[in-house]
Amino acid sequence: MFDKSYKQIVILSGKGGTGKTTFSSSLAAILNNKIVIDCDVDAANLFLILKHEVISTFDYYGGKKALINQTKCTECGLCQGLCSFDAISNFTVDQLSCEGCGFCYRICPFEAVIFKQIVSGKYYECLLPDNSKFYYAKLYAGEGNSGKLVSELKRKALENIPPEIEWVIVDGPPGVGCPVNASAAAADYVVIVTEPTLSGVHDLKRLTELLNTFKINAGIVINKYDLNMDLTSQIFKYAGNNGLPVIGTIPFDKEFMNALINGENIVEVNENIREIMYSIRNQIEQQLELAFN
Amino acid sequence: MIISVASGKGGTGKTTVAASLASVKDNCVYIDCDVEEPNGHLLLNPKIDFEEKVYKKLPQIDYNKCDFCGKCVEVCEFNALINLKFEIILFEEMCHWCGSCKYFCPAKAITDREKEIGVLRCGSVNEHLIFADGILKIGEISSVPLIKELKKKVIKEKINIIDSPPGTSCAMIESVKDSDFCILVTESTPFGLSDLKIAADVLNEIGIPFGVIINKYKPEFKEMENYLNDNMMDILLKIPFDRKIAEDYSKGILPVFNNNELKNAFAGLINNLKTTKVPEKTDV
Repeated sequence: MFDKSYKQIVILSGKGGTGKTTFSSSLAAILNNKIVIDCDVDAANLFLILKHEVISTFDYYGGKKALINQTKCTECGLCQGLCSFDAISNFTVDQLSCEGCGFCYRICPFEAVIFKQIVSGKYYECLLPDNSKFYYAKLYAGEGNSGKLVSELKRKALENIPPEIEWVIVDGPPGVGCPVNASAAAADYVVIVTEPTLSGVHDLKRLTELLNTFKINAGIVINKYDLNMDLTSQIFKYAGNNGLPVIGTIPFDKEFMNALINGENIVEVNENIREIMYSIRNQIEQQLELAFN
Repeated sequence: MIISVASGKGGTGKTTVAASLASVKDNCVYIDCDVEEPNGHLLLNPKIDFEEKVYKKLPQIDYNKCDFCGKCVEVCEFNALINLKFEIILFEEMCHWCGSCKYFCPAKAITDREKEIGVLRCGSVNEHLIFADGILKIGEISSVPLIKELKKKVIKEKINIIDSPPGTSCAMIESVKDSDFCILVTESTPFGLSDLKIAADVLNEIGIPFGVIINKYKPEFKEMENYLNDNMMDILLKIPFDRKIAEDYSKGILPVFNNNELKNAFAGLINNLKTTKVPEKTDV
């Protein structure tokens, strides 16, 4: 039933700052034959912790934008009145508000609107020290269409995958919107990194609701679990009621922040966390076997 | 005035800062624009007075008039329409509702219809603090139309605190735009610094003055202060990395209720913003 060689693991959280990227980097460090993709294109962070060498850089064309040629513009005001995004005022187009629909370009009686593709970001193909491929992207500030960049980045990363690749690790963005949908596409397993805070639990529920619509297998990792044991047990209960296994718990430990500040991967400097990550990896493998056999 | 709170990186403490500011000063309006994951209500416990549904527009095709000429498909930059010659298929999630298809349809066969994308909730925390937030429907991909509606709840005569979503994409821009001042909340890690730089670039580009709060502050991470000093960015407040603050947060308790020093620091901060708009530096 399975014609590709690899399993795609997508790490999500709903709420930001629960530890997705630290978790992804830890998982990447203990898996071999892998490809790592950072799909948080709004605020990419994985490249800061994974030592890498950029081997190729690509331009991302997110869409078109309109510009008004002032020498042709007669200030008739037709475009200003019709723009649905209120992007045109004083006969200039605000590039941040322009969604690239081309309405003004088509409507202008004097052909004064220039409408062209613009580079809205870059993405990078990189090599990790063990020769694994690592992909990440940077969307230019204020650009929309992050979901499209995520799809393009994943397409690049997943084309021509060598048969020895067993794992594709995808570090996803926060939220439940467009780039999250694009990140979770074609996932074999989603790891939800949550935390026992009221916000963490609230956002976990929203994310689960979204994942239910995709019908993807998922498991929960409770990060900082000892911060609030009441909520941790609530998460266990919620997980049980929703058929989501808790595949690991990670303590609140200032060592995480120290490792980050020192530019170290936590699993390389902390034996306790390394053991926890091994156990989570085994859980993921078991869950995948259950799902596919 | 409008003060927005943004961050770039998620989980740095935007909501804690925004809710704290709104709680230490009378006459505030707190508006949670993080409609994908609204959390302000968990910290502020508002009484919700009413909810409004928010809709986005989509094209509606009248097949009595449509002759399948394909003009609508041609003018749609978002590839949201497909002409099957007996039906025009719309991919709702790709439509931005720019109005091109409706305007250019030679047969005048296109009107608009509405689709619910979420709800907007209004209420109050107490007599001093008005509350509003929005909840994006699960599966809906663009939060911008909901944020636009939510921002209509700004009351000019009051101090409006806007809690922005993370990131620096369209939703963040929509949230912080029109602010008099923006507070960027970061944390003492390379992740926090990297995302702070991106958020600062955005604010410089749109021309909103801003200052920085370093949350989970650790003096060992010198790169943060070096960057802020080199770029002449104001540090408004440093909130120490502290397990107690994290535990309180987990229960939905704002740090300003258990820590007088922080409470005074937040009050000082908002007073400075209100009177001078050029905030002075505060240390905790």
